Amino acid sequence: MSDLPVLQPESPQAQAMYEVFMQVVWISAAIFFIVTGLIVIAIIRGRKRTELPKQDFGNHRREIFWMVGPVLVVLWLLAISTKLILTMNAVPKVHPPRDAKADEELTVVAHQWWWEIIYNGSGITSANEIHIPTNKQIRVKLRSADVVHCFWVPQLARKMDVIPGRDNYIWLEAAKPGVYQGLCSEYCGTQHAWMNFKVYAHSPEEYEAWLTDQSAQPSDSASADAAAGKQLFFSYTCVNCHTIRGTEATASIGPDLTNIALRKELGGGVLENSPENLARWLKNPQEFKPGSKMPDFNLTDKQVKQLVAYLDSLK
Amino acid sequence: MSTEVVQQYETAKADSNWGLLSWFASVDHKRIGLLYMLLAVFFLVIGGVEALLIRVQLAVPNNTFLSPQFFNQLFTMHGTTMVFLVGMPVFTGFANYLIPLMIGAKDVAFPRLNAMSFWMLPFGAVLLYWSFLTGSAPDAGWFSYAPLSTKPYSSLPGVDYWIISLAVMGIGSVAGAINIAATVICCRAPGMSLQRVPLFVWIMLMQAILILITIPPLNSALAMLLIDRWLGAAFFEPARGGSALLWQHFFWMFGHPEVYVFALPAFAMVSEVIPVFSRKPIYGYAFVAGSSSVIVLLSYGVWAHHMFAVGLGMGANIFFAAATLLIAIPTGIKIFNWTATLWGGSIRCTTAMLFAIAFLVQFVVGGLTGIMFATVPIDWQLTDTYFVVAHFHYVLIGGIVFALFAATYYWFPKITGKMLDERLGKIQFWLWVIGFNGTFGVQHFLGFMGMPRRVYTYADHPGWATLNAISSVSAFFMAAGTLVLVWNVISSLLRGSTAGANPWDAFTLEWFTTSPPPVENFESLPEIKSRRPVWDANHPEQADWKTSTTPADNGHRPDKAKTSAWAFVVSEAIFFILLLVAYVVFNARVEDASGPTSETALNVLRTGIFSVFLLSSSVSFWLAERHLSRGDTTGFRKYLAMTILLGVVFLVGQAIEYNELIQDGVTINRNLFASTFFTVTGFHGLHVTGGLVALSIMLLMARKGYLTPKRSKVFGAIGVYWHFVDVVWIAVFTIIYLGFLQ
Repeated sequence: MSDLPVLQPESPQAQAMYEVFMQVVWISAAIFFIVTGLIVIAIIRGRKRTELPKQDFGNHRREIFWMVGPVLVVLWLLAISTKLILTMNAVPKVHPPRDAKADEELTVVAHQWWWEIIYNGSGITSANEIHIPTNKQIRVKLRSADVVHCFWVPQLARKMDVIPGRDNYIWLEAAKPGVYQGLCSEYCGTQHAWMNFKVYAHSPEEYEAWLTDQSAQPSDSASADAAAGKQLFFSYTCVNCHTIRGTEATASIGPDLTNIALRKELGGGVLENSPENLARWLKNPQEFKPGSKMPDFNLTDKQVKQLVAYLDSLK
Repeated sequence: MSTEVVQQYETAKADSNWGLLSWFASVDHKRIGLLYMLLAVFFLVIGGVEALLIRVQLAVPNNTFLSPQFFNQLFTMHGTTMVFLVGMPVFTGFANYLIPLMIGAKDVAFPRLNAMSFWMLPFGAVLLYWSFLTGSAPDAGWFSYAPLSTKPYSSLPGVDYWIISLAVMGIGSVAGAINIAATVICCRAPGMSLQRVPLFVWIMLMQAILILITIPPLNSALAMLLIDRWLGAAFFEPARGGSALLWQHFFWMFGHPEVYVFALPAFAMVSEVIPVFSRKPIYGYAFVAGSSSVIVLLSYGVWAHHMFAVGLGMGANIFFAAATLLIAIPTGIKIFNWTATLWGGSIRCTTAMLFAIAFLVQFVVGGLTGIMFATVPIDWQLTDTYFVVAHFHYVLIGGIVFALFAATYYWFPKITGKMLDERLGKIQFWLWVIGFNGTFGVQHFLGFMGMPRRVYTYADHPGWATLNAISSVSAFFMAAGTLVLVWNVISSLLRGSTAGANPWDAFTLEWFTTSPPPVENFESLPEIKSRRPVWDANHPEQADWKTSTTPADNGHRPDKAKTSAWAFVVSEAIFFILLLVAYVVFNARVEDASGPTSETALNVLRTGIFSVFLLSSSVSFWLAERHLSRGDTTGFRKYLAMTILLGVVFLVGQAIEYNELIQDGVTINRNLFASTFFTVTGFHGLHVTGGLVALSIMLLMARKGYLTPKRSKVFGAIGVYWHFVDVVWIAVFTIIYLGFLQ
């Protein structure tokens, strides 16, 4: 993540918002220094005065003259906001993209407290990671499985609330390859803090390669541990919440675990994904993400090792 | 003079003979004002401690000092406490204490109602904080966004405590606002025309009016949320057809004007402090007063700027951006006037003045970042980040709390008869300036770094740890400054120098009486011929009425009972309008409805007949009132009894209707039609019942011979309410039964 993502736009949309922002910053700075300057001068001069000053009750013409400045500023700000509201994407549903494609390519479903990413038409479902090709406007449909959330990738797009009972849409676009931090920006309950995600923008070729990787069926478990872990996975209640494509696990309370070994983070950003961290997570998820819907199953170290071996083979 | 002051204070205490207990029974506006202020200070400390805990948790990344659940409870309680138990009471306290003194009155219009308004607050506060003992303080945020606040996602009782306590405190706030409005409108001393009241009084009148119209949207939202949670309706549960956005609309129709409920008193305070310490009148009185009224009007049309990120239509985005930007103009006018007042003044940099000047500068910062948020594309990036936290704390602390400190140093001598220590005051001032700007200044940059609000911890992103640490450390400077203030208050009370009636050479009537003022406020009043009667008395050679004339007082003072009845009715009307809006929203598309609708479930003809009974009760009331004013008590009692009877018949009709619907399985949790129907008609029925109770009391009083033609105005005030209830029914009948607006 860059240092000041809001001020480092990496898409035409974020760039347009950034330009408006900088204009307003300069206008505000000018107003601030004028007003503060006048106050400081008035005080410096006024402190020296000891006699009773002239009793001045005001002047209607001066008041009205003073109003001209603020009115002009207000009109200008309204004009630049309106322009962006009309041209950018206030309601992406009614604004076709430049390279128009009617259906959304991505559906993002916000859950307490993770993001389900559905790549429409490809059969791929993932969690907390969005992969897109660069320089292409991707239409994203935002839905909520429970409460109000907010989808925000500061460097790429405006934020958009994700509201139950109402589909919102947004355009996602990245000008160059990279990893962009995203997060939930509307308070949504206990673990609102760990509802982060990342957008990975790839060059079109790399994106195709990624798609192929994801679409491949995970190979069957190689080691003995992994086979035992698979057995555990399907005999425990894991299947009540999780999906692994091509198996009987098809629930969507928790993240889809197909290809979990390819992901970079666990628990909405709370841990980096590595076999060691995965083991720690399985041992006691509530230690890292208290309140999360993943319970502590009191697994033995051996069972954890087997489950990690199985999950680590999913890639 | 000073000895005399102390004596009077002692007399007031001695009169009651109850010592501390007399504070519970007091109806003196000064004591109630002080109670409000003390309660606010107490909760300022509680809310402040909550804020410090929040800052400690956020001081370093990945901190585990607090559990996420407790952190979420803390920021919910911090917001709720600061809004309802600090902001609301402290300004009502100042208004209570100062307004009667400033307009030359002996007390507020309704001293007993005043006591009731205050005592609702500790009641609500206990309810709110009781939730901690149940182990589940509210944790859905002070804004309680649905559906997070509904039963499926907040099954513990925290949100219930939150709802009930807010409703209780809301009753106190509305009653208090009615009282303030009636006091200013009806109880001014001779000569004190509305064009001559101090700006504090005028702006607080505007604030009272704003409270009257801004609490009802909250109440209607709270009522609906409670019905969702307790009776199984689904107003705010999208999974069952409800609307998550409706809560946001209703909440911000309250929530945004609420900001002005706090900002207006701050404007009111500095509009008194700056002129006195510049030794000049306020520059452009009419513009400061008028711009406050404009702010009241505009503030009601900007709520959706809290919702730019929800995906509103383009038209709505542009409208609310325009309305929000417009508010910058009256606010800018005020900044200009305060600066122009300083300009050419003979400035005395007392602690009060320093706080007022810091208010001015910091409020400009908060105002400018506010303008940024009104520029919609900036809001699309920065809303719900720490930039917003910085913005509204610049308004609420940098602006409003600093103005409060200015007011504290300015009026403390009047209230206690003792001066606050200036040296300690300046130490407090600098601790707060450094602490406040350190805490919240850096949060602007945390916003640019993309740090969202309301997170209990965060990953170690570059820069986040440093700025959060600076913010957390600075917060303790404010805490230290507060301790200095507390010490200053205690030591000044014990051995501060005596203030005298008018230590600042101030202008307004409260400075004409002793410090502290006697129970009756004034022994005599100066002649009021201008906006600055005390200035006129002390500087007769430069008296305002010689150079700047104001229209003479025509002596007209409306009846306080009827004035307050109208104020109450306006407030209630908004409550019903919003419930009806909810009805229309949820029943607009009858064809999609499943289950009963108004067409299939309601017997329009029968209810129509019962409606005739209710409406004719208005006629009989009118006849009763005429008989009373003519002195015909027999006729009066006859028509009053008839009014009650007609009302009872209507309620019987409603009972029959409810019974039949419930027999048919149409209950409040059946579908959205049933929920909205029972909510609207149920609240109306409760209002009819309340009116009947009032009328029955009147009938009893008439039989005891208490109601005479002289007291007919009080009866008329009840009439305003009774006719209002009938008008509401006409709207309900037209919309629900006749299907108007569908």
